[in-house]
Amino acid sequence: MLLFKVGYFLCVARNGFNWRCVGRSLRATCGVVLVRAPGVVLGCLYLSLMAPAAIAAEWELAGFAAAELRLFPNSTIDAAQNSETVSPAFTLQPELHVQSDSGSDRFVAIPFLKADQDDSRRSHGDLRELYWRRQGDAWALLVGLNRVFWGVAEARHVIDIINQTDQVESPFAEDKLGQGMLNLQYFAAVGTFDAYLLTGFRDRTFPDDDARLRGLLPIDADNPVFEASSRRRHVDWALRWSTAIADWDIGLSHFRGTGREPRLPTSLRADGTAQFVPHYDIIDQTGLDLQFTHDAWIWKLEGFSRRGQGRRFIALAGGFEYTLFNLAGQGYDLGLLAEYLYDDRDAVAPPTRFDDDIFFGFRLALNDAAGTEIKGGAILDRHSHAASFSIEAGWRLAERWRLNIEGLAFHRIPARDLLYGLRRDDYLQLQLSRFF
Amino acid sequence: MKKANPALFSTRRIAPPWAKMIMAAFLLFAGGHAANDALAGPAGKDAAGKGLAIAIEADRRDHGFKDYAADMTMTLRSSNGSESHRRLSIKVLEGRDDGDKSLIVFSRPRDISGTALLTFAHKKGNDDQWIYLPALKRVKRISSTNRSGAFVGSEFAYEDLIRPEVERYTYLWLRDEAVDGQPAHAVERTPAYQNSGYRRQIVWYDQAEFRVLRIEFFDRNNALLKRFTASDYQKYLGKYWRPALMIMINLQNDKSTNLSWKNYEFKNGYNNAYFNKNRIKNLR
Repeated sequence: MLLFKVGYFLCVARNGFNWRCVGRSLRATCGVVLVRAPGVVLGCLYLSLMAPAAIAAEWELAGFAAAELRLFPNSTIDAAQNSETVSPAFTLQPELHVQSDSGSDRFVAIPFLKADQDDSRRSHGDLRELYWRRQGDAWALLVGLNRVFWGVAEARHVIDIINQTDQVESPFAEDKLGQGMLNLQYFAAVGTFDAYLLTGFRDRTFPDDDARLRGLLPIDADNPVFEASSRRRHVDWALRWSTAIADWDIGLSHFRGTGREPRLPTSLRADGTAQFVPHYDIIDQTGLDLQFTHDAWIWKLEGFSRRGQGRRFIALAGGFEYTLFNLAGQGYDLGLLAEYLYDDRDAVAPPTRFDDDIFFGFRLALNDAAGTEIKGGAILDRHSHAASFSIEAGWRLAERWRLNIEGLAFHRIPARDLLYGLRRDDYLQLQLSRFF
Repeated sequence: MKKANPALFSTRRIAPPWAKMIMAAFLLFAGGHAANDALAGPAGKDAAGKGLAIAIEADRRDHGFKDYAADMTMTLRSSNGSESHRRLSIKVLEGRDDGDKSLIVFSRPRDISGTALLTFAHKKGNDDQWIYLPALKRVKRISSTNRSGAFVGSEFAYEDLIRPEVERYTYLWLRDEAVDGQPAHAVERTPAYQNSGYRRQIVWYDQAEFRVLRIEFFDRNNALLKRFTASDYQKYLGKYWRPALMIMINLQNDKSTNLSWKNYEFKNGYNNAYFNKNRIKNLR
């Protein structure tokens, strides 16, 4: 009986979700993904038809709703962009977690909805996660949509490639779109092996033509060009091995398929104005991540070698984090971070701002009842001398309420720098979340 | 890092202390039978030797539990009486040659629900520790060197909860006296490790079972700082005593923290493979 309830809930969740997606933005890609990710369908089928009766032992409905205000103090670079200085948005992210009695089977659903008053493309929906996972003694199988993070660096997530970036959510590339996958995991004495089949390519999200944080030119996100003839149906794969030995954490990975980072050549619109058109190429990317943790020091290095976008190139991020614990006897912990970012891609490849940059940052945790945390950083380009500054802070206002503040500022951005198109999009964002 | 989810700035210190809580729960507050004999020497004659013997006996009585799981609710009370809560589950695998492995998953407050902390305690040197941040889907190894700072607003410091290896202190038996009607040994112990926030502590073990009933912590200026009490002990597997309630009161700032334990389960058959940094993403 419970099985039917699971199936029923799924359908309602899915249909309701699609309906809402359609409501505000037809372009919402969740529908596409559902159709294109056979894994999800398989997972649902499994749950509703084949799963043992032990399913649905533990249910948990959680998630959050958040109201958000973005303040843009500067005028836009392009008169065609919205000049509002205050931009409200709303986020809803419920989460359903179901776990079988034995703990061997899990089902997770995390839909995501965003409504933004001033950026119609930022009003979007996604299925961040919708998967079934079975854990065996030495292995695990996951089918469905999921998010997977790889890497150790803070300033730039160099090797992280399984999921597409949800660029409209935030310009920091921290938010990712759910990716359809079949993931087999094997736990061996020498480490953990992961094999991924990745189905249903997700286009990177971009701000609307008239939106903030758009960049120099509008982006024709609806008409991307794919190197793969099967376009979004191209099946990508990836392998990863990771382990921890003494003070070291080590990971090796390889990805083959349609790269998540598009090239952005320009083209002319019918009205004669220029735009960027995303081009997605087939790439091979081999990645390495290393972390050495000793006493209050953490040393990090991650990098990749990529083929398929111009000549083969490498990218690296490496540095340290040193923590001053119990600052002034107050229980505060202050982490000091520095990283060097390097990338030797040529002009054919997707543009990056991290070609030769230095990052300095800090992380302050007050260890108080409110869980107050503040993080800040600066990224300086050694060539163009462009600088960007970011700050993030958050604390609990009450048991279910949390306030987060996020700020981004640009300084001295020369015309040749990639950030030139963002130079007037400094913002301060307040987000009030209620968890349920 | 992002948005509504707060776990973003990896709370590098939420973690260590709670991981240790497990060990504390065990090793500090364990008991068994059989040992007053060894300690029967004339009181006061060899106070250091007797203090050490008591600590060794308390430690010995908790060996062999293999593994256990429990749920814990933490209540933080400020000096004006306002409360906040944390809830978590804990799984522990007893170490054979090295320290224990433990896994903590937070469920409250909701904004950190799903945050997991994996600890490999070592008898020598720093522990290995990984934290999983659900908002970022990211597992990070974190530094575990800190000992003396209060964490997440509670009145427990990392070192209060760390596994009380016998060798970490020097001991001095003070006297035998009753604690809430129970005959107890009062033993003074002085941290022998670096970075302790305390000059000394006085521990009261009950004479019957060698369970820790009370600890008083003295700060570096030798002023009484905190008083810890453990109560509502229950015996599991006929041998291992666990308190259902722990209270830490800060006598200098009037704050307090209660730890309420339930659902203890022993012999769950955990093995090393279970305590794997690549497994802690799917535990919520």
